[in-house]
Amino acid sequence: MAALESPQPGTPTAMRNAFGNVLSVLILVLIGVLAFSIRLFSVIKYESVIHEFDPYFNYRVTQFLSKNGIYEFWNWFDDRTWYPLGRVIGGTVYPGLTLTAGTIWWVLNSLNIPLSVETVCVFTAPVFSAFASWATYLLTKEVKGSGAGLAAAALLAMVPSYISRSVAGSYDNEAVAIFALIFTFYLYIKTLNTGSLFYATLNALAYFYMVCSWGGYTFIINLIPMHALLCIVTGRYSPRLYIAYAPLVVLGTLLAALVPVVGFNAVLTSEHFASFLVFIIIHVVALVYYIKGILSPKMFKVAVTLVVSIGMVVCFIVVAILVALVASSPTGGWSGRSLSLLDPTYASKYIPIIASVSEHQPPTWPSYFMDINVLAFLVPAGIIACFSPLSDASSFVVLYIVMSVYFSGVMVRLMLVLAPAACIMSGIALSQAFDVFTGSIKYQLGALSNSTDDTEDNTSTNNAPKDDASAGKTDKGEEIVKERPSKKGKKKEREPADKPSVKSKIKKKALVLPLEASIVALLLLIMLGAFYVIHCVWAAAEAYSAPSIVLTSQSRDGLHVFDDFRESYAWLSHNTDVDDKVASWWDYGYQTTAMANRTVIVDNNTWNNTHIATVGTAMSSPEKAAWEIFNSLDVKYVLVVFGGLIGYPSDDINKFLWMVRIGGGVFPHIKEADYLRDGQYRIDSEATPTMLNCLMYKLSYYRFVETDGKGYDRVRRTEIGKKNFKLTHFEEVFTSHHWMVRIYKLKPPRNRIRGRAKKLKSKTSSGLSSKSVKKNPWI
Amino acid sequence: MKQSSVVDLLLLLLAIALLATPAFSDLVLSKVERRIDVTSQIARVTKTLKVVNSGSESVSEFILTFPKFLGNNLAYLSVAHSEGKGKSKRTLVNLSVREADSKGIPDSISVYSVTLPKSLSKGDTLTLEVVAAFTNVLQPFPEKITQGEIHLVMLQESAQYLSPYAVESQSLSIKLPNARIESYTKLENTKLQGSELKYGPYKNLQSYSYSPIVVHFESKAAFAVAEKLVREIEVSHWGNVQVTEHYNVVHRGAQLRGEFSRLDFQARPNPRGASAFRHLLARLPPRAHSIYYRDDIGNISTSEMQSDSKKTELLIEPRFPLFGGWKTFFTIGYGLPLSDFLFASEGKRFLNISFGSPILDLVTEKLIVQVVLPEGSKDISVATPFTVKQFQEIKYSHLDIAGRPVVVLEKNNVVPDHNQHVQVYYKFSNINLLSEPLMLISGFFFLFITCIIYTRADFSISKSSPTYLAKLQWDEVLATLQEVQSIIQKCLATHDKLEASLRDLSRTGDIQTCKAARKSTDSLLKDFSKELKPLLGFLQSSPIASHISPKVEELVAKEKELEEKLMAKHTTVVEGYEKKSSGRDIENRIASQQQKIIALRQEIEDLLEFIDEI
Repeated sequence: MAALESPQPGTPTAMRNAFGNVLSVLILVLIGVLAFSIRLFSVIKYESVIHEFDPYFNYRVTQFLSKNGIYEFWNWFDDRTWYPLGRVIGGTVYPGLTLTAGTIWWVLNSLNIPLSVETVCVFTAPVFSAFASWATYLLTKEVKGSGAGLAAAALLAMVPSYISRSVAGSYDNEAVAIFALIFTFYLYIKTLNTGSLFYATLNALAYFYMVCSWGGYTFIINLIPMHALLCIVTGRYSPRLYIAYAPLVVLGTLLAALVPVVGFNAVLTSEHFASFLVFIIIHVVALVYYIKGILSPKMFKVAVTLVVSIGMVVCFIVVAILVALVASSPTGGWSGRSLSLLDPTYASKYIPIIASVSEHQPPTWPSYFMDINVLAFLVPAGIIACFSPLSDASSFVVLYIVMSVYFSGVMVRLMLVLAPAACIMSGIALSQAFDVFTGSIKYQLGALSNSTDDTEDNTSTNNAPKDDASAGKTDKGEEIVKERPSKKGKKKEREPADKPSVKSKIKKKALVLPLEASIVALLLLIMLGAFYVIHCVWAAAEAYSAPSIVLTSQSRDGLHVFDDFRESYAWLSHNTDVDDKVASWWDYGYQTTAMANRTVIVDNNTWNNTHIATVGTAMSSPEKAAWEIFNSLDVKYVLVVFGGLIGYPSDDINKFLWMVRIGGGVFPHIKEADYLRDGQYRIDSEATPTMLNCLMYKLSYYRFVETDGKGYDRVRRTEIGKKNFKLTHFEEVFTSHHWMVRIYKLKPPRNRIRGRAKKLKSKTSSGLSSKSVKKNPWI
Repeated sequence: MKQSSVVDLLLLLLAIALLATPAFSDLVLSKVERRIDVTSQIARVTKTLKVVNSGSESVSEFILTFPKFLGNNLAYLSVAHSEGKGKSKRTLVNLSVREADSKGIPDSISVYSVTLPKSLSKGDTLTLEVVAAFTNVLQPFPEKITQGEIHLVMLQESAQYLSPYAVESQSLSIKLPNARIESYTKLENTKLQGSELKYGPYKNLQSYSYSPIVVHFESKAAFAVAEKLVREIEVSHWGNVQVTEHYNVVHRGAQLRGEFSRLDFQARPNPRGASAFRHLLARLPPRAHSIYYRDDIGNISTSEMQSDSKKTELLIEPRFPLFGGWKTFFTIGYGLPLSDFLFASEGKRFLNISFGSPILDLVTEKLIVQVVLPEGSKDISVATPFTVKQFQEIKYSHLDIAGRPVVVLEKNNVVPDHNQHVQVYYKFSNINLLSEPLMLISGFFFLFITCIIYTRADFSISKSSPTYLAKLQWDEVLATLQEVQSIIQKCLATHDKLEASLRDLSRTGDIQTCKAARKSTDSLLKDFSKELKPLLGFLQSSPIASHISPKVEELVAKEKELEEKLMAKHTTVVEGYEKKSSGRDIENRIASQQQKIIALRQEIEDLLEFIDEI
């Protein structure tokens, strides 16, 4: 900002600097406030509540942490999920988020500020997005100066892609991880610019925090080596690069191995190998530079040939060993999620569970516009700006954007990694554009006033009125110049985005644009920024604020609230025994354990495919077989989500094909084809008998026909196929107000045996005793 | 059921056995009227007893008895006697009641003794009004029903008044809800009028007469019982009383058996959901504000509020309808204006607030009232109209240091009759109010002070380390740079003056003043360049400024060039005027110079900016 101000003659530059700094701090504070408050729409429109699925798990873990302390947390074996297997939470969870929120809660409470764990969890994400925008400022400042930094921070504060993961209540790993990601990058660039070991150590610590927070840390540990390699290849090696890179790998890997969920993976899996390889390379290069320094050019040439030949052999051996190691593991040492990143078709081929999650699908073009909006157009300008001149820092940002564009193209979810990069690029573009335009306006106005002076010289007497006019003009011009910076200062937090205008970028600073063109371009930039702001606020308010456990619909009678999920979780938690097991599709596992406090069979942490397949098989089996599977799992209640009555589309019937697929993947007697009629998934009268007799169908549509006499399903827009049927092994115990959640209880086996005994009495001839209930039910 | 019938039997036997024992005292009840109201889940018994002392000694104590199975469920008992004569003058005075030893009275009878206002001498009469409320005496029968069945309950009582005194005349009327009556015990003089069941009058009964009756009827009342209710009343002297109530509510009627079908419940709510209750009505004090209604997992959106100047009514609907045996949990909270509840008397303040739950017809099995007084309250005492368990705690909240004293009142089996005001007396000085804001202010003050000290003070450990020395040097370089900048700025200002003189020249044509101006600027600029020299020398000599000094030199050189160009332009213009050449000529002559000047000026500004950023 300071750079953009017009120098006022007479004012000491120290004052100007101080003023610029104060202004920057003020703007940064306002950006923080903006980042925090734009994420509060969900609290204002709905309530202060945890959103969606995974955040409920994190919330539950945080509750456990705040209640039992850190040591209990590391050793926590959770027996209320994945029954009867359980899950070692302490060792399988990224603890960064929960530790952060737990620490905040602990600090607040030791200051006697009585905030509940829930409140802390709800507001963690907005607070950290403020931190993230400040980190963006720091990073961009290192790359292209503070003007670009402020623009980038303001853009990031409200980029929809990031808002979607960090609204109040969206208590997920990404909430803190994005901050950690940007901050790690900032420290890396800072070390690269200063060559200070202090920052290198901080960088390793920031990396450690990132490893604690999110599995996306592999992005860092691959991107930074790539950049180091890029620098080496393009002849930009310097001791600063060495200091920035080598300590990070050593300390970072050591620290990463301390996180239980990573552990030895930090040295064993392929995701980390790139960093080690570059670590070796950078040492070789450093050695070469060192030797070059102490040897004469001739000797050096000899040494090079010697070292290269030996080095080639060593490298070959090392690479061979690595390849052998990697090839010996079935997935090539890569985890399934990483593999599906490298090969976008991998998941859909081999791991239906990963493919079944909608956020793992590739994004569509509109979603780019939705999530980063005008930034998509500003990014190319930013890239160009980064190339003039290209520094270590700006080449890193360019590499970052290129990689994140690729990853976001593979998975919708990774759009989140793209957003900061896009903001940084657009911030640079905007700042440069503003520089050019305001600079040329300033210049033109200066020239204008001079030229009017000159004309005065020859047109002597009758010039008085004209002279006044021109004087007025220059005054005005000066005013504009003076006002612009302050206006811009205010604008930064309010309407920060602007147009790139590639033309302006190409022109050097010395090149001056015509006055009118500059003013028009500035206006256009401001309009574009206003458009971005409007879009972001709209996205924050309308698109990304729904907590998804409470649904609302606007009808003629006003707002209608669908609070069925919590209704039935509350029912479960108060009216069933505390040790009862509840079976449902895995989507609802986290919520059931967190809100209803009941043991579940499977949950959103999809670590055991077979177990999920078992539940999928039960849901797609006929009633009796399903009863046997569930009974063998000690299940007392079965929960299904049904949207047919009110038209809630993401219900279990719509997810049912995935249950069949996942179930069939492990238990081959479930065949997807049995559930499809001519390759079509349908539940109307054309549906296959297997479909109409499976448990999911029956539990969803039990007595549904009596609501309107026809059984019209509002989601599938058809009448259901099988209308009147009775349940023999299950009984309805609870259905929520809008029928969205239906809970069934397994009828106790006693009844069945009695029924059988009666039958036996009536038909004495069939003397066979009841078949063993214990027979393995899913073969 | 079994137990109570056994008790009945025992009682009967006892009553017969006791017939022979001597009368407890010489009191005689000349008239007993009992009215039992069972329209809600609470059996509320009102008795009017006319007591006559027929003996010779004066009596100051009166014994009230209940069969044990009722006595155990007695939630509320108050005895009053009416003073004055004539209906208009009657005022009720509460009498003290205590649980008494059952000396000489069978174990199956609960005994309460009432201290009479004045001892009753021979022949005197006294009218006592007894109000008793029993919980859990309406037994659901059958104990489990399906969703479609109606909810039947059973009441056991005695048609005759159980008393250690002889009764001359007595009657009993039972007010039933306006619904089906399944059965009732038929004795002599039994009448059913609409929904009112009457027994008696019965004359001249012995002491301890007992004849059990059972009434089996349908109840549509909500059997809402709070298993535990914690009311936290937090007093803030900033003007608010915050009440937070945590309810664990259960439906204590007949338990639901079998399926719950939402379809039946929605389609035919009356027969197929009659035994459930959907909402509870809370009558909050007037001017209650910021009301919320939530549970562990968030806000519950199904509630309605109506308020007027006299009351605030909150209709709360639990997340799901409550059938028999179903439980739920919720929290309601509201703020009340302090001035309505806090008063001062005799140098003390007292909080006057109602004890029980604001929800109508709710029985509370365990009520805990926590009155949180502001930090620094002293001399705390509590006045309650009935006995409760009391103790004190400390609560830490909102930046407390010493903690807030909490008065905890506990009582079991609370019915709406307990909704009387309790008073909490304490001393508090208003200065304590300021402590927390002051703490915050001083906290921030010290934060800023430390920031200032940190930035001003020199914290380096070693004063001779190379980095420290380098830093010192760097500071010097920066200071020099600033000086250079300010001088350059001054130069530029002088240039502006020169230009201004040219402009004046064009307006006035006064060549002499213009020349004078030029002279003065000349000398000024020379001074500046003299000042610049040592600074430049310093920058060149300082090794740490090696990457800056070329830029500074360039700046100075550019400035010099600009100066020269300006001078040249000035000379040209002045010469032009001296030669009286036309304006156009002069303009043409200086046009090229002018361009260069502008370009130079731009360059200088760029350089200045660059130096600025260092």
